[in-house]
Formats: sequence, C-alpha cells, structure tokens
Amino acid sequence: MKDVKITPLRNGTVIDHIKPGMALKILPLLNIDQDYSTGLSIAMYVQSKKHQLKDIVKIEDKELHHKEMNRLAVITPNATISIIRDFKVVKKFKVKLPKVIEGIVRCENINCITNGKEPVVSKLVRAQEDPVKFKCYYCGRIQNMLEKRII
Amino acid sequence: MSLKGRDIVAITDLDMDEIETILNEAQKMVPAARGEVKNDSLSGMILAALFFEASTRTRLSFETAMHRLGGDVITIAGQEGSSLIKGETLADTIRMAEGYSDIIAIRHPKEGAARLSATFSKIPVINGGDGAGQHPTQTLLDLFTIKQNLGDISKLHVTIGGDLKYGRTTHSLSLALGRMGARMTFVAPKRIQMVDHILDDLNRMDASFDVVYDIKETIPDTDVLYMTRIQKERFPDEEEYMKVAGAFRITAEMLEPAKKKMIVMHPLPRIDEIHHSVDATPHARYFQQAFNGVPVRMALLHLLLED
Repeated sequence: MKDVKITPLRNGTVIDHIKPGMALKILPLLNIDQDYSTGLSIAMYVQSKKHQLKDIVKIEDKELHHKEMNRLAVITPNATISIIRDFKVVKKFKVKLPKVIEGIVRCENINCITNGKEPVVSKLVRAQEDPVKFKCYYCGRIQNMLEKRII
Repeated sequence: MSLKGRDIVAITDLDMDEIETILNEAQKMVPAARGEVKNDSLSGMILAALFFEASTRTRLSFETAMHRLGGDVITIAGQEGSSLIKGETLADTIRMAEGYSDIIAIRHPKEGAARLSATFSKIPVINGGDGAGQHPTQTLLDLFTIKQNLGDISKLHVTIGGDLKYGRTTHSLSLALGRMGARMTFVAPKRIQMVDHILDDLNRMDASFDVVYDIKETIPDTDVLYMTRIQKERFPDEEEYMKVAGAFRITAEMLEPAKKKMIVMHPLPRIDEIHHSVDATPHARYFQQAFNGVPVRMALLHLLLED
C-alpha cells in the first residue's frame, strides 16, 4: 500500500517538484511566516514517480497568483503549481522566470552599491534568453547561480 | 530627438543616433571650450560635481565645461568633504544635492552608485565613473577623439591595451566600439585581460574582437592604439609588475611599423605605459583627448539641460 504522507487538498495550491531541500526557502517568497494561520503541509525529500527526490508544499484555502509563483523559479525552476478546487485540479502550470527579480537575490558583485546600507532592494533584470541570464539593474554585472544568493 | 532631462549612467543608455547627436554637438562646442567665443547658454544654472573618489581630469573638465557655458558649480571632492564619512547614505546625499542644483555629475567608488543616484534624483545625473563599472563620458570623449582624427569608426581596428580587467574606461569603450562595428583587439597580460562579462556582452552583440598577449604584433595593423595604466597593486610582487610593465611600454621606436595615420590614445594619468619619446611623434593624441573632455561634457550639459 502506498504511504500517504500528506492528505489530499480540498481547496488551495499545491507546489510540486520543488528542488529537494528547498521547500522552507520558498515560504518567505510566498509571504508565509510565523503569522500565517491557514493550513500548510510540507513534505521534504519524497520520491517522485521518476524516483527522484523532491519537496512538496500544499497551502490550504489560498490560490496563489501566477505572478507571485514565478518568483519561485529563481529557487526551483522546475516546480509545478496546481490550483485545487473541491479536490480537483482546475489549473496547472510550471513556474517561469520573471523579467525582473526584485528583493529576492543579492547582486553577486560585492562592490555593488546595493550590497551596502542604501535604502534599495536588489533588482535583477533579464539580460539574455536561452540560457536565461540576469544582470544587476544598478551595477550591470551579469549574475551567475542566483539560488546561492537568496536574501 | 531630445536628451533633455535624461540620465547618462552607462554608454548603453544611449542609442547610436543619440551618441551621434552628442558628438556633433561637441564639435560645435570646441571654439567655446577653447575660450575663443562666449557661450552663456547655461547662465543661472548649477552643476553639483559630487566626486567621492579622486579625479583630476573628469572633475576639472566637468567644472570647466559648466563655467564655459556660463553656469556655476558646487563641488564635493573626496569622501572627507561630505557627510558620507558620517554615515549618510548616498540616496540621502543625492536628494539633498538635487535641491541645490540643476544637474549632478557623480564619481563614486561603488559600482551601481550612479544608477542608484539617478533612481533617487529628479534632476539629470551623469556618471563620472562608478568603481570598476561604467565611465560613459570618458567613452564619449574617446569616440569624439577617434572620429575627429579618423572619421568613420565602423571601419577602424582599435587595439585596447593595458589593464583591461580593472580599467573601467576600457569596458565602456569596448561596448561602444562593438555596437559601432569597429574591430577590436584586446592586448594585456593574462592576469589583467578583458573580463568575461564584457566579452559575453560583446559576443551577444556579435562584435568582432581578438584577445592577444603580445602588443608588438598588433601595432602594424591597428588604426587606434588605446593604452591604459597598469596598476602596480594588481601584481603579487614588484618583479612581476616590472616584467609586465616593461613589455607593455610603448616607445617611439615601437611605433615605427605603425600606419602613418595611426593614433595613440590614453585616458591619463600615464605612468610607464607610454614613453615620453612618443609625445613628439605624429601619433600622440592623449593631450588632445584630455582637452576633448571639455567640449564633450559641454555638449552633454547643454543637451541634458537646454536642448
């Protein structure tokens, strides 16, 4: 018999295929903190059908917007989002990197003004497609390995 | 096309037509820059020259440019003379300065400082150099000098030598030359060769360039030899610095196989890269280049404030 680690969701959002170990890192991006009062289930290092490890987050009674989900692509580019209503998937999509990433990733240039005490949030803008590359809006530096510099 | 009210933070902020407009305007400014004719078009206006890092040519030529247009200048020279040393943020300093002036020119040791200033300022901001980042007005005066001497830039082969890793002038210049279709050769010791992110940018724009290590072999085929200062502190010891500095010292004798019209440029200050014997050759253009900082910055101030 298959183990049921998380019960099915009646209404809400399921974030699946999260990079293993990254589930807790995406919660701040979804504005989920200690004040959050709705049901939330997190499964980490579970086996997918393809026998690969993944994390899953289920958020009860909350449908997340497409735009806010795309921010997750910075941390976990292969995540899929399912919107559930009355136990049925009404919408399913894969996260996609946005054109601008604000306040999520620190600029890799240690001498960039945004890494000091100025009252600005980091801002990376898409500089190249295929492979997608971002550059710092302020110093212009092309950025590598965004997931290593999550704020 | 109007540039009034614009910020000039990176050379890539300007399209080719806008660069052309600035260079043409600079040509018109030459007599006033020399003091031969009077130009009061910016009378009553104030430039805030906020130089949080050492500068001779850039600051002086910005100030001269504003005075030659009949305007006034307020200046911060070095962090010691400002509240930054007391811990004030640049964002606050900029919002203070915009109340005192009509346009801001800024140099700052941190990359991205000029873009941040432009974000907070309601008046135009011109980047006078931010850390190892961009220095667009130097690029404009470099392009102006090349065009003045040799005409169509797209047909030229420009060799850029010296410290290509830390020398910010070479970064802005190569991006502009790449967009204009010039062929480039980067010549430097491996330790201070052109940085990857600039080479990536050049590849993205399909620019034509080579990376080489021997300066002598590039001289006969080049139209512009653009040298930059090699900084001693980038080397682990004096011996290695001397070896590199020696190999990258241009002398009059080395220029013998050069094309007749080839020009030698340098953003100055020079240390050992160009021997004084070159000054007397018909190739030397670095002092003309330094002077050109005035008409080019006059053109920019005029176009951003008046037009």
